[in-house]
Amino acid sequence: MKHVDEYRDGELARDLARRIALEARAGHTYRFMEFCGGHTHAISRYGVEDLLPGNIRMIHGPGCPVCVLPMGRIDDAITLAERPQVTLCTYGDLMRVPGSNGSSLLKSKAAGADIRMVYSTLDAIAIASNEPERQVVFLAIGFETTTPPTAMAIRLAQKKRLTNFSVFCNHVLTPSAIQKILQASDPGAVEIDGLIGPAHVSTIIGTTPYQRFATEFHKPVVVAGFEPLDVVQAILMLLRQVNEGRAEIENQYIRAVSADGNRKALAEIADIFELRDSFEWRGLGEIPDSALRLREPYAQFDAERRFAIVTKPARDNPACECGAILRGVKRPRDCKLFGAACTPETPMGACMVSSEGSCAAYWAYGRFRDRETGLQRVGAR
Amino acid sequence: MCLAIPARVIELLPDEMARVSLDGVVVNASVALVEDVAIGDYVVLHVGYALAKIDEDEALRTLALLREAALLGAGA
Amino acid sequence: MNKYEPLGRKLDLRSGRVDLSHGSGGRAMARLIADVFHKAFDNEFLRAGNDQSVFGVAGGRMVMTTDGYVVSPLFFPGGDIGDLAVNGTINDIAMAGAKPLYMSASFIIEEGFPLADLARVAQSMGDASRAANVPIITGDTKVVERGKADGLFISTACVGVVPAGLYLSGDRARPGDVILLSGSIGDHGVAVMSKRENLSFEAQVLSDTAALHDLVAVMVEAAGASIRLMRDPTRGGLAATLNEIAHQSRVGVRIEEAAVPVRPRVAAACELLGLDPLFVANEGKLVAFVASEAAETLLAAMRAHPLGQDSARIGEVIEDEHCFVQMTTAFGGGRIVDWLSGEQLPRIC
Repeated sequence: MKHVDEYRDGELARDLARRIALEARAGHTYRFMEFCGGHTHAISRYGVEDLLPGNIRMIHGPGCPVCVLPMGRIDDAITLAERPQVTLCTYGDLMRVPGSNGSSLLKSKAAGADIRMVYSTLDAIAIASNEPERQVVFLAIGFETTTPPTAMAIRLAQKKRLTNFSVFCNHVLTPSAIQKILQASDPGAVEIDGLIGPAHVSTIIGTTPYQRFATEFHKPVVVAGFEPLDVVQAILMLLRQVNEGRAEIENQYIRAVSADGNRKALAEIADIFELRDSFEWRGLGEIPDSALRLREPYAQFDAERRFAIVTKPARDNPACECGAILRGVKRPRDCKLFGAACTPETPMGACMVSSEGSCAAYWAYGRFRDRETGLQRVGAR
Repeated sequence: MCLAIPARVIELLPDEMARVSLDGVVVNASVALVEDVAIGDYVVLHVGYALAKIDEDEALRTLALLREAALLGAGA
Repeated sequence: MNKYEPLGRKLDLRSGRVDLSHGSGGRAMARLIADVFHKAFDNEFLRAGNDQSVFGVAGGRMVMTTDGYVVSPLFFPGGDIGDLAVNGTINDIAMAGAKPLYMSASFIIEEGFPLADLARVAQSMGDASRAANVPIITGDTKVVERGKADGLFISTACVGVVPAGLYLSGDRARPGDVILLSGSIGDHGVAVMSKRENLSFEAQVLSDTAALHDLVAVMVEAAGASIRLMRDPTRGGLAATLNEIAHQSRVGVRIEEAAVPVRPRVAAACELLGLDPLFVANEGKLVAFVASEAAETLLAAMRAHPLGQDSARIGEVIEDEHCFVQMTTAFGGGRIVDWLSGEQLPRIC
């Protein structure tokens, strides 16, 4: 696969890891947060941390839209889906997310609700076109990568004059979440030395929105591509910034990301959506100006208006540490429920259900590290 | 939420759609979000939409930088 | 002599449909069995026309297995529910190192199911059965109301004999054993999913459905005394099989990602669908755990057989009280390969 395989080269990785080990200063611990859940997944799935020296720690950030979707919104989606005339279309990632009282979209589907997994908003539009008697609702989640596809669906619905299509909008914004993380003052929170910026969010928003994290918060940010070598190269770039006392925005993913981003996509988003004053993020609490809703001219495509949805806040299990884990303050194995009550089969919180959530990634790929297994760390001193 | 994959445009279709290929696996995708797409271009594909074109020159530059840094590590 | 055709009019196999009368035990059912099943399976046992079939056994240890087939869609690139049923059942017997002898097949058909499709499935089964030299000697037919079965369900059983002195079992793996895989993974699952998800391919990915008893016979001949166990990684993929065995034998497993064969087209399809090939079903592959001293010999024997040409050594058994399956990724880092939780839902994240 072109533009993929080259960035999975194990030999290059090994050599790059030695370079990193050379440049990492003894006695100094570097803490880098990868914001994006996709990066968390890549790091875990390829075992990138094994290639890093012991004094570089990766902290997993909250860039997992499934993880940060509040339980109350899942409950809303389930309630919608259980209406007899509604067909709820959703990405696969949401099927197993627990709602209140152990509910989930998957369970509702088993009980007969018309819930259909789609790969694309295009599929949802096709369903709405082909089944005019159904009220098709698309469960829209995601950061800025996934917002333009929702916008295009609304455009298509407009063009086709569909009266049976609407969107339940839960799109959230990356810079707001990063700001919340950098501002957070958790007791026991550890200072982050730099951030790996998201790959595909940045193809849309560009690198300019991260500038304030360098200027106001003095944190270096390196936007990295999606493959493991991209991540390793970004770590090297962050390391150098810290060593040299710099705090800049650098772009490792130059093959797909520009400073200004995707103007067409941004224009569509600006036309169709507007900022909500505030939005609840699971684990992070209320964040102002962090989420989107449909603007008035597109009210007919807004499921919240069409179905008069009033979200009731839902409480997570008090022992669930998803919040602290999302903020990078605790690790999965610090959570009492991890591996006991909370497993991928019986997830208590979203971090376990989403395949890019810290807990799921740790469970699926990394929990053998709880004890010595003899896997040597390349480049470790 | 980033799972996106680079695919090659093999055919342009009406309504801002295209057929794209990943190593011989072909799917239909929307190219409405990308301007001036031509056959042979590589695009980043996410949930059925092309989000950006991949700049071949920049890709080569990235690989060159990677190899350069790795070389220094290899000699160590 | 009765001048009337005993079973009534011939079935309209082209455009007819199964209805409840075909399952009611009367003339219509006899017609269905004759025109569809007996025609496709034809052998001396079925010709005897009994509800059961009698066969002799030489003695020694026998092995029996049963299986159910509910695949959807019924027809997919490289096969259909019919040959899947025959090959899959034979493979369960083969994994004991045994020679499969006879099979049974029971059909639960939904009212309204097209007779043309039923005939096609039966033909596939007959062909697979003859190719494997394992006749289908008895069967059953039921028809259920519309909506009570997803078109067609097939349930099978098979009996065979185990060679003297051969004891293969999932709890026999020991630290130091070598793990061999007979070929590429992910083909079947991708073939089925591509039909479901309307992926098209420049060159089609075909299901790898195959009967493995012949390959197994060659393996047993080459290194039978040293083989601990064999298993075919079907649902849940290679990951499920390795985890099952690790737990059954109370050992750990360590494999190399770079050693596991995956066809480029399968890898690409998995990337597009957000799937991991390790969890994708196979229908014509096996893993063998063998004492290390016999590994080379066994691998050579497998590679010499058409169904084992791409055989590879993928890893080894280690001591591990936690029974993890660890993998060194092609990238050089480590991870575990866990059981799948629930069904692998394609991810977009």
